[in-house]
Amino acid sequence: MKGVWVIAGTALALALQTTAARFLTGGVIVVDLVLVVVIYAALAGGSVTGLLAGTFAGFVQDTLSGGSGVIGIGGLAKTIVGFFAGIVGTQFIVTQPLSRFTAFFLATLLHAAIFIGVSVLLGLRELGRPYVATLEQALGNALVGVVAFQLAEFLPGAVERRRLARGRPRR
Amino acid sequence: MSLLDFRQRSGYLFLAIIVGHVILISAQVNSRTGVPVLESVTFGAFAEAQRATSSIVNGVRTFWGGYVALRSVHRENEELRRALAEAQVQLQAQGALVGRAEGLAQLLELKHSISLSTIAAEIIASGATPDFRTITINKGLMQGLTVDMAVVAPAGVVGRVVVPSPRASKVQLLIDRNAAAGALIERSRAQGVVVGVGDDALRMDYVSEVSDVVVGDLVVTSGIDGIYPKGFAIGRVSAVQRSGGAYREIAVQPAVNFGSLEDVLVVLTPTDAAAASAEEAK
Repeated sequence: MKGVWVIAGTALALALQTTAARFLTGGVIVVDLVLVVVIYAALAGGSVTGLLAGTFAGFVQDTLSGGSGVIGIGGLAKTIVGFFAGIVGTQFIVTQPLSRFTAFFLATLLHAAIFIGVSVLLGLRELGRPYVATLEQALGNALVGVVAFQLAEFLPGAVERRRLARGRPRR
Repeated sequence: MSLLDFRQRSGYLFLAIIVGHVILISAQVNSRTGVPVLESVTFGAFAEAQRATSSIVNGVRTFWGGYVALRSVHRENEELRRALAEAQVQLQAQGALVGRAEGLAQLLELKHSISLSTIAAEIIASGATPDFRTITINKGLMQGLTVDMAVVAPAGVVGRVVVPSPRASKVQLLIDRNAAAGALIERSRAQGVVVGVGDDALRMDYVSEVSDVVVGDLVVTSGIDGIYPKGFAIGRVSAVQRSGGAYREIAVQPAVNFGSLEDVLVVLTPTDAAAASAEEAK
């Protein structure tokens, strides 16, 4: 069941990413929604879930990159991030917005470090010094991730509360 | 520490997936020598095993040849002395001929200095599959070898370096299906391309129907491919057929006996064509 949610979440994230990117300046989106899904899955489901989510999502994202990069680098970065985010999610209490924000923020930085590091190591591209862009993405991912967690926790309760409210006799 | 305990099942899964990713990436990325990283690393590792095996086999052969099989040495020694004496006489005659040829070349202003730098290499293994005719030699990047360096033997052209690793290199033989070399008939200077056909034979393509080619003609490298230096023997024409088209069908018997090769020379000096290409690239 977790796998279905991960696949659905990745597909939705990719759809949003590819459509939303057009409306932003220069066509570059600040938030990596696929990475958010991976970190979310890892924090909620553990290291194996994060690992498999990272592998799947990264591979799909790489293949959709359209030959602009090497297939596997994104997958490698997301697999590592998913695995370690899953470990953090199971070893530490990551339930407060601030701790979740920190987890998303650090996981995004780790992802960027691996992705850029491997790319530079293989001499694939000149990436310059993308500190600002990386920090922007880390902040964006952290905000979206925290909101996603809050919504996921709020929505089922809200429906339940509404049901209860409907079933209560009116005075 | 349980946080990073790789003895757990998830740890093994993580390692397996990471290795899978590394292999996937390596298969797509070329190394600085232009060879895919995966192929380069795999070959480099395997070449070390081949080197070790070759050392053991050579050690046994040396021991056998040096200490056990000495019975016929005296007779061989006498024969070699005679052969050496004959060779010295021939050498003097050849030297006289060379001197005369050089004089003629200078007279015709055709002389150009050919000083090829080479390095000797020992064959430590043959190809892993019969579909590709390759050998492994015991010299590599550390000795200055790079991709597309010509490999020759005293009898003639052997092939070219295709995958250099730090201490060994894979050499594509000229008889490989994917191998080719610019060639010309020494006698008539008819140009063409010699290609491998997979077995121990060669074929010369793109030789004009009106060219003067007969069985027994020597085929040498033309040097236009940028890999093989000009004038090295490739083989002799063993059959010439008229195909009815614009080109002749020419079979070439290789000058080198690829089945009995043990040592080769790698040409370190770039050819004129390769040097010109490098100059253009600058």
